[in-house]
Amino acid sequence: MRVVLGEDLVLLRDGLIRLLRAYDFDVVEAVDSGPALLEALLAHRPDVAVVDVRLPPTFTDEGLRAATEARKRVPGLPVLVLSQYVEQLYARELLSDRGGGVGYLLKDRVADVAQFVDAVRRVAAGGTAMDPEVITQLLARGNRDQPLATLTPREREVLALMAEGRSNGAIAARLFVTEKAVGKHTANIFGKLGLELSEDDNRRVLAVLAYLDRV
Amino acid sequence: MTDHDLLRGLRGRLTTAALGLARVPLGVLGLLLIPVQLVAYPLILVTVGVPLLLLFTALTRKYLGVHRRWAGAVLGVEVPEPYRVPANRGPMTRVRTIATDPATWKELAFLPLNAVIGVLTGVLPLAFWINGAYGLVVPVLWALGADHLEYSGVDASTPGSAVLAPLLAVVYLVAAWWGTPRLRRWHARFTRWFLAPSATEALTHRVRELADSRADTVDAQAAELRRIERDLHDGAQARLVALGMSLGMAEELLARDPEAARDLLSEARQSSSQALSELRDLVRGIHPPVLADRGLDGALRALALANPLPVEVDVVLTGRPEAPVESAAYFAVAETLTNAAKHSGASSAWIRVRHENGRLAMMIGDNGRGGARATDGGGLRGIERRLAAFDGTLGIASPVGGPTIVTMELPCELSSVKTSSSSGTA
Repeated sequence: MRVVLGEDLVLLRDGLIRLLRAYDFDVVEAVDSGPALLEALLAHRPDVAVVDVRLPPTFTDEGLRAATEARKRVPGLPVLVLSQYVEQLYARELLSDRGGGVGYLLKDRVADVAQFVDAVRRVAAGGTAMDPEVITQLLARGNRDQPLATLTPREREVLALMAEGRSNGAIAARLFVTEKAVGKHTANIFGKLGLELSEDDNRRVLAVLAYLDRV
Repeated sequence: MTDHDLLRGLRGRLTTAALGLARVPLGVLGLLLIPVQLVAYPLILVTVGVPLLLLFTALTRKYLGVHRRWAGAVLGVEVPEPYRVPANRGPMTRVRTIATDPATWKELAFLPLNAVIGVLTGVLPLAFWINGAYGLVVPVLWALGADHLEYSGVDASTPGSAVLAPLLAVVYLVAAWWGTPRLRRWHARFTRWFLAPSATEALTHRVRELADSRADTVDAQAAELRRIERDLHDGAQARLVALGMSLGMAEELLARDPEAARDLLSEARQSSSQALSELRDLVRGIHPPVLADRGLDGALRALALANPLPVEVDVVLTGRPEAPVESAAYFAVAETLTNAAKHSGASSAWIRVRHENGRLAMMIGDNGRGGARATDGGGLRGIERRLAAFDGTLGIASPVGGPTIVTMELPCELSSVKTSSSSGTA
């Protein structure tokens, strides 16, 4: 799987390259600035891009802007954005084209290598990977939403994991229940929220995120 | 000039001249205030002077306040008060402040001068108008055969003089026309010159204000640095120490007990992620990254998204203020919003930001129960002090029962690098 990496800190860049190579990713180019990133993304059209939000020359949200711009020119280009902090505003911007194939994670998550690699693969496959912190904030704001209040604690747990972008299988493994039980919870959640249940994992996640973003 | 303008000018001037007469008794009345004030000073020795002096000074200042307002209205500017503020409410402190205030003595000098000038500028215009009008009537009286006619020191009983009288009258009238508004302005200017703070006093006042706000700023900054130091010491630093320990022990155990080593490594990972999370919170408190990224507009929208209340954000800015002002503005809004969410019981809030007349104007409103006040040690007072460091102001309109609207203003210029405007509900 071909990866373009955008990260300006040498230590982190080398670490990420080593990590990705260890899991059989092919890092075709690693760049350290916003403009170079956009160029590399358009030139290589990688299977997935792993991008730091803050990049030179402005050291603001240069990486995010480059990624958004690249996705505008190459619709559906999978991008996993890493950041020292999560901002719902940015999550909303990344999800705004409803295309899927986006991820937004805290840099800390790299420490859990297996989870991180799973997230990269998921994004490359057109799925989503939202940081649990984003979802926690979204759900906290959802407290005043009537349908959300009717969910059982277990259903809320499933909803949170689903919103992070995990498949039914992954959720089942995480909660130590059968995949069938997760499917039942999912059907209940969608029923209570008044959403249309789709067979496709990715479409389901996007519907949930869109719902949470609205409340 | 048309007849109409002439009539209107005449009427305005006659009114001014007539009203000017009122300044005569007013000015003379002021003379009474001189002895009563002076008499109070020796009486301080027998205590009774203290309340007397306070009373008479208050009376004098009230009386002069009328003059300030009058002069301000005539000149179209505000005439501020120059008085020193006593350090506390104790009567002796107040007496000392009054006695050592140069304004007190300047005003004592003003009273007699104002009486003279008030009488002159009050009487002269009307006298000129009346005299002028009389001069025009002299020939008529002469024709009717009046005896002993005299006008302006000229015997008007001869035909030649009867012609001279109207000519003189015209001179009087022209002088009255020209002088009536001017005398009033001169009197007002004289009043302002005496009663407004001198440039030195105004500067002294400003310096005192700046010294106060600087002391506040330095205090706040020192406290902030101490907080950061403590947070780092108790938080991230301690976690890194724990991390190093776990890693060291894991290294030891790797060969002998791989299972225990694995546990220690996972502990180390948790330590690192907690350290990161603490550093993240710290950074957010110092300077939120989204503020650097997106400016006030984006940062306030991000703030609204993270707030438990639905917040409507309406920001129209043509550029970005200087970074310190931007940061102060952001934290002021953030804290106000936190206050609203915590104490007001509101179900929704709104933010409105504009840049008008060289000032950044921010309004934060909520539909809560109201009754918010800036109390010492309270959040709003803290915001007020931080804004004061940038010459900013804070106003609270919060009737009991709500709604609450907090208005903040910061003087600043915008750098017009970037255009941003947005509105929406989060």
